[in-house]
Amino acid sequence: MNGNGRRKKIFQSDMASYAMILAAYLAAELFLRSGAAGSLFKGLLVPLCIYSIMALSLNLVVGISGELSLGHAGFMCIGAFSSASFSMLMKGQGLPNGLCLFLAIVIGALSAAVFGFLIGIPVLRLKGDYLAIVTLAFGEIIKNLINALYFGVDERGAHFSLKDGAALKLAGGGRIIIKGAQGITGTPKLSNFTVGIILLLLSLFLVLRLMNSRTGRAIAAVRDNRIAAESIGLDAARLKLLAFTISAAIAGAAGVLYAHNLSSLQALPKNFGYNQSIMILVFVVLGGIGNMRGSVIAAVLLTLLPELLRSLNDYRMLIYAVVLILMMLFTSSPSFLSFRRELLLRLRGRGKDGREVS
Amino acid sequence: MMSFFSYLLNGISLGAVYAIIALGYTMVYGIAKMLNFAHGDILMLGAYTAFIAFNSLGLPIPASALLAVIVCTLTGILTERIAYKPLRGANSLAVLITAIGVSYLLQNLALLIFGANPKSFQSFIPIKPLHLAGGALTIPGETIATILTGLIVAAGLLLFVHRTKAGQAMLAVSEDKGAATLMGVNVNATIAMTFAIGSALAAVAGILLCSAYPSLTPTTGAMPGIKAFVAAVLGGIGSIPGAFLGGVILGILENLSKAYISSKLSDAIVFSVLILVLLVKPSGILGKKITEKV
Repeated sequence: MNGNGRRKKIFQSDMASYAMILAAYLAAELFLRSGAAGSLFKGLLVPLCIYSIMALSLNLVVGISGELSLGHAGFMCIGAFSSASFSMLMKGQGLPNGLCLFLAIVIGALSAAVFGFLIGIPVLRLKGDYLAIVTLAFGEIIKNLINALYFGVDERGAHFSLKDGAALKLAGGGRIIIKGAQGITGTPKLSNFTVGIILLLLSLFLVLRLMNSRTGRAIAAVRDNRIAAESIGLDAARLKLLAFTISAAIAGAAGVLYAHNLSSLQALPKNFGYNQSIMILVFVVLGGIGNMRGSVIAAVLLTLLPELLRSLNDYRMLIYAVVLILMMLFTSSPSFLSFRRELLLRLRGRGKDGREVS
Repeated sequence: MMSFFSYLLNGISLGAVYAIIALGYTMVYGIAKMLNFAHGDILMLGAYTAFIAFNSLGLPIPASALLAVIVCTLTGILTERIAYKPLRGANSLAVLITAIGVSYLLQNLALLIFGANPKSFQSFIPIKPLHLAGGALTIPGETIATILTGLIVAAGLLLFVHRTKAGQAMLAVSEDKGAATLMGVNVNATIAMTFAIGSALAAVAGILLCSAYPSLTPTTGAMPGIKAFVAAVLGGIGSIPGAFLGGVILGILENLSKAYISSKLSDAIVFSVLILVLLVKPSGILGKKITEKV
């Protein structure tokens, strides 16, 4: 296919993705306006956006740069806590809600990006599966640290402690913002479905633009053959680091959405733990590694299905595990791939001239 | 001073458990060039099997331990056959995701079968605690047994790898699969054997770990599994003495930082070691630096 044709095809596919999200948004809004929507449905709308954004973010690492991150919930956690601290500080300062949320998103995304960058520097230079284990460790460390962290402010400035609230030695008018394992309470509820959709569209735009840019193709080249890519002068470590940092920033932004959707924020295994990271990986794998639209669809379906099939809840994680294994066997096993190719050829042969090809 | 020795010994003992797990990790990594994420969960499976055999079936300790080893060995071979072998030759991301799937599957199966409540594991070690320095220093029997087992396992593995034909075949496969095939080594059988040995060791590690730290849950194996990987990287992945050394260093580090710095942050300290090693010497203490030919 020539360059123009390919570009046109990519453009059409991108537009279809945006249109799909907009259509879903309009449908959900209409359903809400009709008054028939239950509270369960309303409560699911923002999480749907959060998980879709998380899936996009992870797919950027897994799909485009070919690395595995098992700590994406950790980046989400950083985004959530940094931005919630910010909006707690801004509470009662007369900042308009929209501006406050905008700044919170910037802060959440930036802080997650800084952590992603710092982790990426030592790890992405290396070949092998180190990123998976380091990010897994990182996710657990962040959760532990935040559960031990006390943070408060008074007129003398900010105070941190890893012991308890009293160790902050706050002056009279000071207040504690992060209370160890109790986390943050009283976060302003600034997220809503519309903001979620806007953020999702923005993330999708960012990821798709990156994917189809010169840099994105360079990242994919490093993924497909690091040696060949390096031999034409691509800096493999820098490109992987770029993709990873952007991905961390997007995950951080999803965390901001999460933090401002609930009135209290705690770092639990349920929301920011290993299981959460695995669930996002399942979205990516089921939607298709490297396929951004697929990620969003899988995230939406797998978030809605368990709510509809409550009886399967006990087996949900078991099913996720099986999905991971089977998807990989079906899409990557060399012998299965050749079997599939052969089957396809046979079917096609039969379709063309109506008789079996041997 | 005596408390320092006590922390140190506990650290060595914990380190010996990490070392036994890391040996399995490092062997599988050396041969199949894959991170077997499920290794820690095989450990958990071994501990549950031993627990059930001893408490519910009423088997004696040696029989329970043996049953655990057999169940783990079979599970190891089975997972290799079903999940990893079809992916030989696929890209490493696919293998890694499959391994995570297997790990997650084992954890959630255990959760469904045994429930989330911790089981209190009764110690399998009949050795009496040793009192030294007029009772100022007490060494639990588990500590002695774990350290001894760790040493025996590492020495046995070294002998096996360097002195037996099967061990030589393992070395050959880890060096160059194609060349090993040409020399008449059965690569598939060798890889299966490596998984079997690694999983059997995981069962031993599980029993030792739960004898010292008796609370058994479906996620018991997850953290030790990751830490053992850190140990393997620290010592130099692919190296048997390296895995042992790395395990012991990591165990000591973890216990001393728990005692003298902060119990909440000891995990963070252990993992910062991993990042430090990757920054300074990615090939680990005893690892070989491999230059890649194009």
